[in-house]
Amino acid sequence: LLRARGCSARRRHAIMSSAECCFGAAFKDFVLVAADKSQIFSIIVQKTDEDKVSVIDDDKLLACVGPTGDRENFTGYVGKNLALYKFRNGMKLSTRAAGNFIRSELATALRKGPYQVNMLLGGCDEGVGPELYWFDYLAAMHKVKYAAHGYAANFCLSLLDKHYREDMSVDEAMDLMDMCFAQIRNRLVVSPPNFLVKIVDKDGCRLLAHRDERTVVH
Amino acid sequence: MARYDRAITVFSPDGHLFQVEYALEAVRKGTLAVGVRGKDCVVLGVEKKAAAKLQDPRTMRKIHMLDEHVCLAFAGLTADARVLVNKARVECQSHRLTLDEPASVEHITRYVAGVQQKYTQSGGVRPFGISTLIVGFDADGVPKLYQTDPSGTFSAWKANATGRNSKTVREWLEKNYEEAEGDDAVTLAVKALLEVVEAGGKNIDVAVMTKEGLNFVKQEKLEEIIKAVEAEAEEKKKTGGASGSA
Repeated sequence: LLRARGCSARRRHAIMSSAECCFGAAFKDFVLVAADKSQIFSIIVQKTDEDKVSVIDDDKLLACVGPTGDRENFTGYVGKNLALYKFRNGMKLSTRAAGNFIRSELATALRKGPYQVNMLLGGCDEGVGPELYWFDYLAAMHKVKYAAHGYAANFCLSLLDKHYREDMSVDEAMDLMDMCFAQIRNRLVVSPPNFLVKIVDKDGCRLLAHRDERTVVH
Repeated sequence: MARYDRAITVFSPDGHLFQVEYALEAVRKGTLAVGVRGKDCVVLGVEKKAAAKLQDPRTMRKIHMLDEHVCLAFAGLTADARVLVNKARVECQSHRLTLDEPASVEHITRYVAGVQQKYTQSGGVRPFGISTLIVGFDADGVPKLYQTDPSGTFSAWKANATGRNSKTVREWLEKNYEEAEGDDAVTLAVKALLEVVEAGGKNIDVAVMTKEGLNFVKQEKLEEIIKAVEAEAEEKKKTGGASGSA
């Protein structure tokens, strides 16, 4: 499984991808993870329906923003390794263990050819409950109640600080997400027009909502 | 310094690879595995080795899942099977990663057979002492059954058996095979197993692969099927005996 490493175009992409955003929050019974859906190259919007929240296991979501190559490569790599573990051992990895695996892969690659991905891992294990982990491209990992990546974090974190409560219902949590989307659209000079929200709970992962403002016409 | 450049598997003067043939002997000593392809499923049945009193029988699985849609049963050296199963599992995920689609059953079989062949033509290694039955469903929804052996050959089958007494079972299958659906295919596989294995749910393990995935037949259901098969055999004997004497 070879990866072609480093070049200036990728660095440019990495800078552009701070316009991408993902954020999420872990509640008492579920985790919500949201990400934008824009796929941009230089000044061109290629797609407005890109799914950046990958389902890496039956009960784990990995929201990932960064250059598309790194994003797809890394989330695919993580997902397939989680599947391999499942077939080898007859059981899934816990969210915490998966998080540590992700962090370990990021750290190993860091001083060779880093994955320029910023991520949020949301999972719901039986007996443990919903958990959210925050990763950045320098291989830091933190377990958090809520977190965000990208310029949008400037707005989302303030809103989450003010309004987040652990015992929110799904509808209340979606209202909170909508508040965040509203401010991103309001205040960010080049804000992504479209977002999606996925949920993990004891029944697994599923798409919860799209929030589309503008789509690329084909 | 040990050098691993000396081949262990070399040709005999009359064109045999004895190491491969000895590996096939090892397979013939292993417990039986049977595969039966149905219309909408593939059934794998294995003879369970008697577990020691203090041993946990659940840890002696002979049917292994390679991926969501592919499954492997084997006859022969269990440890060798463990190595091949592991390689096959990695290959399944590697295929999914590079091609973003599940590997076909044929692809996996070709891979396993390829590994087995490599070990007949490499220095310092011996062939794997197992024959595998690889079953699964491709994207086209058609059930598949393949067999590989220590020489590295593979082929597709409608039904096959490998391991001890496999010749008897294969001959029985040649006489009695028909493409069945669902439970009928399971019954056929159980009948084939019971030709040579002592009847009893504790002695056999049966798994069914459908489009939805793999399901092990529960102990109770297995006992039911065995009872039904035995009852049918009794009936046949009675009617056979009556017509004989008349």
